[in-house]
Amino acid sequence: MPDVQTLVNEFLFKLKKRKIEGSHATARQTTILLRSVISQQRIPYTHQAAALIDAVKAVGEQLVAANPVELAVGNIVRRVLHIIREEDLSPTTVAIAGLNVSAVSDDEGDTDHDDHPVLSAAAVAAASRNTLRPPSLQTLLEDLPDSAAVPHTSSSGGDSEGKSKSADKSSRSRRLKHDVIEAVNELIEDIDTCHEQIAEQAVEHIHQNEVILTLGSSRTVLEFLCAAKEKKRSFRVFVAEGAPRYQGHLLAKELVARGLQTTLIADSAVFAMISRVNMVIVGAHAVMANGGVIAPVGLNMVALAAQRHAVPFVVLAGSHKLCPLYPHNPEVLLNELRSPSELLDFGEFSDCMDFGSGTGSPLLHVVNPTFDYVPPKLVSLFITDTGGHNPSYVYRLIADYYSTDDLVLQRKPAPVN
Amino acid sequence: MIPPPRHHSDNLALLSRPVPFSPAAAPSSYTAASDFSPTATGTVAASSYSGKLAAAAGADGEPGDDVAMSPGRVGRGRVMASSVPASGLTTVSVVTMPPGITEKVGGASVEVQNERPANSKPQKEKMTKAERRALQEAQRAAKAASKGEGSKAAAAGAGAVSSEITKPNKAVKPSQKKSDSASVAPSEKKGPGGERPPEKERKKDVPHPRMQYDDESRVEKAKRKAVVKQTEARNRVELFRHLPQYEHGSQLPDLESKFFQLDLMHPAVYKVGLQYLYGDVCGGNARCIAMLKAFQEVIKEYSTPPEKTLSRDLTTKINSYVSFFTECRPLSVSMGNAIRFLKSRIANLPLTMSELEAKTTLQLDIDQFINEKIILADKVIVSHAVTKIRDGDVLLTYGSSSAVEMILLHAYELGKQFRIVVVDSRPKLEGQLLLRRLIGKGINCTYTNINAASYIMHEVTRVFLGASAVLSNGTVYSRVGTACVAMVAHAFRVPVLVCCEAYKFHERVQLDSICSNEFGDPDVISKVPGREETIGLDSLPSSGNLQLLNLIYDATPSDYVSMIITDYGMVPPTSVPVIVREYRREHLWI
Repeated sequence: MPDVQTLVNEFLFKLKKRKIEGSHATARQTTILLRSVISQQRIPYTHQAAALIDAVKAVGEQLVAANPVELAVGNIVRRVLHIIREEDLSPTTVAIAGLNVSAVSDDEGDTDHDDHPVLSAAAVAAASRNTLRPPSLQTLLEDLPDSAAVPHTSSSGGDSEGKSKSADKSSRSRRLKHDVIEAVNELIEDIDTCHEQIAEQAVEHIHQNEVILTLGSSRTVLEFLCAAKEKKRSFRVFVAEGAPRYQGHLLAKELVARGLQTTLIADSAVFAMISRVNMVIVGAHAVMANGGVIAPVGLNMVALAAQRHAVPFVVLAGSHKLCPLYPHNPEVLLNELRSPSELLDFGEFSDCMDFGSGTGSPLLHVVNPTFDYVPPKLVSLFITDTGGHNPSYVYRLIADYYSTDDLVLQRKPAPVN
Repeated sequence: MIPPPRHHSDNLALLSRPVPFSPAAAPSSYTAASDFSPTATGTVAASSYSGKLAAAAGADGEPGDDVAMSPGRVGRGRVMASSVPASGLTTVSVVTMPPGITEKVGGASVEVQNERPANSKPQKEKMTKAERRALQEAQRAAKAASKGEGSKAAAAGAGAVSSEITKPNKAVKPSQKKSDSASVAPSEKKGPGGERPPEKERKKDVPHPRMQYDDESRVEKAKRKAVVKQTEARNRVELFRHLPQYEHGSQLPDLESKFFQLDLMHPAVYKVGLQYLYGDVCGGNARCIAMLKAFQEVIKEYSTPPEKTLSRDLTTKINSYVSFFTECRPLSVSMGNAIRFLKSRIANLPLTMSELEAKTTLQLDIDQFINEKIILADKVIVSHAVTKIRDGDVLLTYGSSSAVEMILLHAYELGKQFRIVVVDSRPKLEGQLLLRRLIGKGINCTYTNINAASYIMHEVTRVFLGASAVLSNGTVYSRVGTACVAMVAHAFRVPVLVCCEAYKFHERVQLDSICSNEFGDPDVISKVPGREETIGLDSLPSSGNLQLLNLIYDATPSDYVSMIITDYGMVPPTSVPVIVREYRREHLWI
């Protein structure tokens, strides 16, 4: 599809040149792009899911390669793959599990999907999990009514795909794509509303006369704090400026505009001030499978200070930031070094450096990393749009959103012979 | 290429070059004290220093070596002075030092030592009981007056003095006090005697709490008597109500206009006060030396008014200057200890000594203090510290500390192979100065911001930090951000070595950085050079919601510090109160 290809190329270009900033924007655009890819993908009668998966993987591989540090891209690609797999399994699983949801009822049931889409996805997910795992007590007990329920759900290809197969195929092909696109739409909606859902939980965590510390700027944190302010909680915020990008200034400006008592401090004063702070609330760039956080630079220092003073370190992250990968050497592999000009002006040290000296290797190195890794033991709580979780629970959330087959996005090369 | 933004005080300082500038003699002596690079190899200094400690005399052999080794130093110092009068007192840690100036050699006492007589130690003569009592009351009055400004616990020194003399006699006290204030009032516009209500606390061994600024009545009294008019900062941070938070930048014009009214403010003192106000002189050692040199000038040109004793009158004069310095910028611990030393020296002057003799003695004492406590101490520290640097090391340092810089340069001269990481932070960005000097010498350096400390700490083998003071519970009180660096180093199991001269130790204790601190200009936080248009924090309506906090110091807990390198050797942080107590007598009084 030339259309899709141009879209993909445009997006690749934007990723490579880092024109898109922030995991939220990246995730959203990736999802929209993949939706276009899916909708314009022609799929054969058999093995539709495989075809879709292949197509998405092909595009996804390129996207991830364009900006490997932006983990949200990979996350979304894997989410979509998981959705495809789940939607593929859904006709069979619904029958087996005997759920009383007629969401996947037949033929003209397209409109029915709209009635309870959320339920279908969750139910389908649960059902697929039940089938894929070894039988547990629950499934054993549910088997009995299943066999009775099978005749009720008339069509929707049962375990024996015999008679209804031919009738279903055409409808199923339509349905699979449709379902997938439905689910991807939900995903987009989730990404859009993640801030509100996280902010709803603000009232449980912020009470009266609290002092909150944050570093840099995160839209999630801003919404979180403002939601608490709406509910008439009184608190003060210390914002550390977050050199060298100084996004703390922007956050401070926003908070002051919304009427919060804000104090702007330098990053070096974090240890000095943290003894008077009740809670540290920060955003994240990505949350890894072990519960570790890839966060803007400087947050490891804040986390260590918080641990020293027994101050809770709370990380706000939308579910699109949850990455199923385990961080190996994250400071190097999942980090980006930015331009040294943010720290030193070009040529500022040219007068004292002797470029004529023998070895030729530069005397001055300037290091300007973008991200910091915060190990899971320093994090007290993750607040996502699904609620609050411990770092040790993160691996279960991953099972909700991702399939194990998708962890490696590279397709196997075609056999040579 | 965009040059680094110049501090605005540069232009102001150059423009307002008022009459008080003493002729070349003063700046040259200041310049000579400007830098602390070791002039001799550490071993020579070490042996002679320890010999000095044992003998407690004969300090002249050592300085003579200095003179012999670098004869050209004095001339160089003079040349430098004339070209850079404004920053004559600059040291390694000065913000506005122009980059091109090569390191000046720290032969502070070179010139003066030529004049030094053979044995400079005055002997204390016996005084009659009445004389001693009178002396002691005068000291107590003087100390009570200046105590509130934050000169750290002068009473401790007084305590030792008085214990030698006699028990206090309360009947004599009020009359003494009145005569003191009476004599002081006509001679000075500022009355340090009346600045605070007579202090009730007479506990000599406990350091007095410094003035707490949330006590309204005291603040009002202080304001009335102050020379430098301070206006309260617009949005004070409530957490720090007990500390002064003043507007910056409003003091200079006021001070300038007042100059000609302050007939009794010595021009040298005025100059140094201005340098403090604008941050031209920055760093514990530099400020202390600048102050002591100014006091040397004062003593040199001092003449006792009739009907007064030199010691009392001089002490009150010194007190007034100290409170002036405090208004320009709160005293550092190094300065506080030096003042305590000077006052005890003045108090110990025998009454029968002639004025000229007394003045000479005091000047020599000051020189000896500087030489022994700062310059030689630094040499000893360097000699100890270079033993901790091995080939292949990656050393991290934060900000710009004179002691650490000397260590690094010396180790490089010894031929050790190592790499340096300079960590820097806003708003002062002092690390850039250190970086410039190190690169100029050809040392391989990495430069980063404090936020990236966790990133860079993986490769680091040792951390060297400087200190403004080390307190008795082992807490290291130094530039804000030091605690963060020490904490990250501790988390990565990298040893942290703090290099601090012993005269910066103090018997006060502090648990966190809030109890006592100092504030810089808050607007510097919001103004990011080069980014004003994108951030635009200044364009906000000055609503009461936004506060800017610019801390200068912070307190590093002792468990983050592996070792403190002092001129008494390499000690753990727990040994600091021991040194303060056991060596106190010798420590500050030579």
